[in-house]
Amino acid sequence: MKPLQGLALLLLMQSAGEALSHFLQLPVPGPVVGMVLLLLALRWAPVQQAIAPAAGFLLTHLSLLFVPVGVGVMTHLALLGTHGLRLVVVIVLSTWIGMAVTALVLRLWQTPAATPPKAGDAELR
Amino acid sequence: MPNFVELWVYLSSAPLFGLTATLAVYVLAQALALRSGYAPWANPVLLSVTVLAALMLATGTAYPTYFSGAQFIHFLLGPAVVALGWPLWQRRAALAARWGRLVLASLAGGTAGAVSAVGLGWALGLPGDVLLSLAPKSVTAPVAMGIAVQIGGVPALAAVFAVLTGMVGALSGRWLFDLMHLPTDAEGMALRGFALGTASHGIGAAHALQVHAEAGAYAGLALGMQVVLAAVLMPLVFKLL
Repeated sequence: MKPLQGLALLLLMQSAGEALSHFLQLPVPGPVVGMVLLLLALRWAPVQQAIAPAAGFLLTHLSLLFVPVGVGVMTHLALLGTHGLRLVVVIVLSTWIGMAVTALVLRLWQTPAATPPKAGDAELR
Repeated sequence: MPNFVELWVYLSSAPLFGLTATLAVYVLAQALALRSGYAPWANPVLLSVTVLAALMLATGTAYPTYFSGAQFIHFLLGPAVVALGWPLWQRRAALAARWGRLVLASLAGGTAGAVSAVGLGWALGLPGDVLLSLAPKSVTAPVAMGIAVQIGGVPALAAVFAVLTGMVGALSGRWLFDLMHLPTDAEGMALRGFALGTASHGIGAAHALQVHAEAGAYAGLALGMQVVLAAVLMPLVFKLL
């Protein structure tokens, strides 16, 4: 029963997120608003117990959920047209640059010796 | 055997074909990935997608026919994105302590990815509408399409670029992070996951979730941050340009 309750809760959060996103004209899509709503609802223990098995199952198999979209892209590669090779170069290099910059910035701030404590940090300790 | 042909036509036009084929091929790809210890080349998404596309080509199945069945799997992406809140809740104390630098890293990584994509594409002489469709490629596909519409790109191209970006990250992330000598302890995995999710959104996060729980949680967070930052900032920046 718990996984089913969890799935029902996830769908409820998504529906509430879709509604909020639509009526408040948010630039963020419904499921992402739903994720924030879930974070708020998770302070109640019954919600936690229901969400744990449902979220665990969905997230373990998240890769599967991207297969239908992936097949669509594979069958529409003709869209890339004459730019194919240049596009592959651009996509591969910019993806590496994005990953490397994110990792470097995070690591820069993670070495404790290099970061003098700021006012904001002190409040969190 | 006309009866057999009739049956085949019935089965392949009904939703059963797309759903069964997707699940069966994925289960096999997953088994192969497990046996290889989740080696990047055995990425279950890439394997499944390649086999299914070949299968459709061989049987002459159109994408809408396939999708009539596969949509039941596709639909679960919505609740799965909501479910990404669960691993974040479990790590709420750690996240509260490093909130600021995560936002900063997300902003820096997202900007670097988008600017380098548009810049490299411009240097290689790609046309303007293709460049604008490249800009949101590190945002999950449905949002990337929405952003592309707002900034003057082509939504279908934006979706293709986003999915390819996800696959590139999932396939080459480990290699790049090893090259950068990023650690592989829990803290290092969090860092790797966050970088992968920032550049390669959901497909990167799905890969991270299979490799390491910590990497998966941070990849999910990075994907959410990228959606919010890009959806708010990208149309604004392109309006000012």
